[in-house]
Amino acid sequence: MRKVIFNRRRFLRQLGAGASLLTLGGCDIFDGLLGIGDPVPDFLRKANVLTREAQRAIQGPARMAREYPESAIREDQRPNGSTDPQTDDYLAVKQNDFAGYRLQVTGLVDKPLSLSLDELRTMPSRTQITRHDCVEGWSCIAKWTGVQLSQVLDRAATKPAARYVVFRCYDPMQDSPFGPADLYYESIDLISARHPQTILAYGLNGQTLPIANGAPLRVRIEQQLGYKMAKYIRAIEIVDSFAKIAGGNGGYWEDRGYDWYAGS
Amino acid sequence: MAHSAVGGLGIRTESRGALAYVFIVAFARPQGQVMDDLHETKRAPLFYRQSAWTRVTHWIWAVTLFFMVTSGLQIFNAHPILYFGRQSGFGDKQYLGPQAGYGNKQFNNTVLDIHPERRGDAIVGVTSILGHDFDTSGFLGRSGSKEQPNYRAFPGLVTIPSYYDLATGRVIHFFFAWILVATWCVWLFASLINGHLWHDIVPKPRDLRRLPHDIANHLRLKFLHGRSYNVLQKLSYAAILIVAIPGVIFTGLTMSPGVDSAWPWLLDVFGGRQTARLLHFCGMLVIVVFFVVHILMVIAAGPINEMRSMITGWYRGDPEAVGGEA
Repeated sequence: MRKVIFNRRRFLRQLGAGASLLTLGGCDIFDGLLGIGDPVPDFLRKANVLTREAQRAIQGPARMAREYPESAIREDQRPNGSTDPQTDDYLAVKQNDFAGYRLQVTGLVDKPLSLSLDELRTMPSRTQITRHDCVEGWSCIAKWTGVQLSQVLDRAATKPAARYVVFRCYDPMQDSPFGPADLYYESIDLISARHPQTILAYGLNGQTLPIANGAPLRVRIEQQLGYKMAKYIRAIEIVDSFAKIAGGNGGYWEDRGYDWYAGS
Repeated sequence: MAHSAVGGLGIRTESRGALAYVFIVAFARPQGQVMDDLHETKRAPLFYRQSAWTRVTHWIWAVTLFFMVTSGLQIFNAHPILYFGRQSGFGDKQYLGPQAGYGNKQFNNTVLDIHPERRGDAIVGVTSILGHDFDTSGFLGRSGSKEQPNYRAFPGLVTIPSYYDLATGRVIHFFFAWILVATWCVWLFASLINGHLWHDIVPKPRDLRRLPHDIANHLRLKFLHGRSYNVLQKLSYAAILIVAIPGVIFTGLTMSPGVDSAWPWLLDVFGGRQTARLLHFCGMLVIVVFFVVHILMVIAAGPINEMRSMITGWYRGDPEAVGGEA
């Protein structure tokens, strides 16, 4: 019995000392290594290539994201990021239900396009009830209607050198913590661009796409996270490299440290 | 020998300097006195207990889990709300902004929600579990000093980076996720081949019959240093290595829209992406609780001996325990 008491007292003493040691250490000791552009996060970010290749390998050519029944739509699609752009360009195109809107398709294509909303709506449409996954962690199921991006790419006849589709948007990010707001942009490769569920959406839950969700046109890329799915699309540019666009990382958030491949 | 010198220091109370005390507390063996009295005559020999596979994967895990948990809490802070099901019912959460839950304020499937909330003049940190609110000011929802309050869910003390940076948190998390997966595969393969899994980890009926006895021993902080793990060790190591670690790996994969399109069955196994996120968080809690208990047990059972066995593989058993079980 004496031995037990001795052990317990000793144990509690060690426990107290251990706990006080623990409070000394905080995770801020790594902060100095982890800024944007520092070599450590740039090295760690290389894992994103492995993630992309691994996911592509298990996805195969045309694995579809799950599509849900109507009953899974429980609430309005939660808007995020820009919800009501106030730039002159956007305010002008917004008039008369976007009657003057033209989607420009340029870059490495044989036939550059300038498509009105009516022209887009008369192309074959696809409707899908899918789950939107935000990089923050939340999910929201909604019904999206639009034209497959592959149809637009075929109509524009992409050149063999084409590798990426860049979405140029009307909206500067509101409340940007990074100083003067840049216009939003995003990019995907042709595998994502030609996926059957990748659509340029003009309809949401059976209605015209609301302004908060990216009217008149936003892209749905169902195998990736929300920040890839640019809203308020003004133009589509087909390129062989995005290295010279804005920060050179292929997207507004990518220029701020986020992974380019957003399948996870 | 270095070990008996440290043990001796721990017993001789005349050395009361603060540094010496910390050193003793950190390194001395709780049963040093008993062992010292006996070691000339009855001290058991060292024996080889941990294979190189076990030791190497153990230390990779130690580093990996530290970065996984701290970067994971950073990611959690971006939306510190957990839901049950396939999507997030925002209900009438005004603090998510005017857009949250508009159109259906009735749809609320929240399980856990950490947020700051104004109460009178003060802003308090609230942790809400299934609708029951707890004031967790100081750690969750509100931390930092009075002059410099911090309204994040988890404080900078436990996140990497310490400031809010979802992008970097994700980059760190996914880098170490690959290492975690690789290490687990190596460990599983090696442990199947060398018999570690079957002999040392998987509890047998014989072990389970010893469970009440073993619990009683632990409650009295009496630890036998035998050749094999005791049953509580086997159960906890099995729970972590065979359930919790694969559990966080697969629930983590279920949160990936890219993996979901390839393996949609994951969504069915875990009951939807948001339930997977909830389970991922619970798995983290289990691993953190295991870590704390694990460290306490190492300290209680003799940190030098335990550390030596996990670094060099060699472990010194109790004479009676080794004799009795050999």
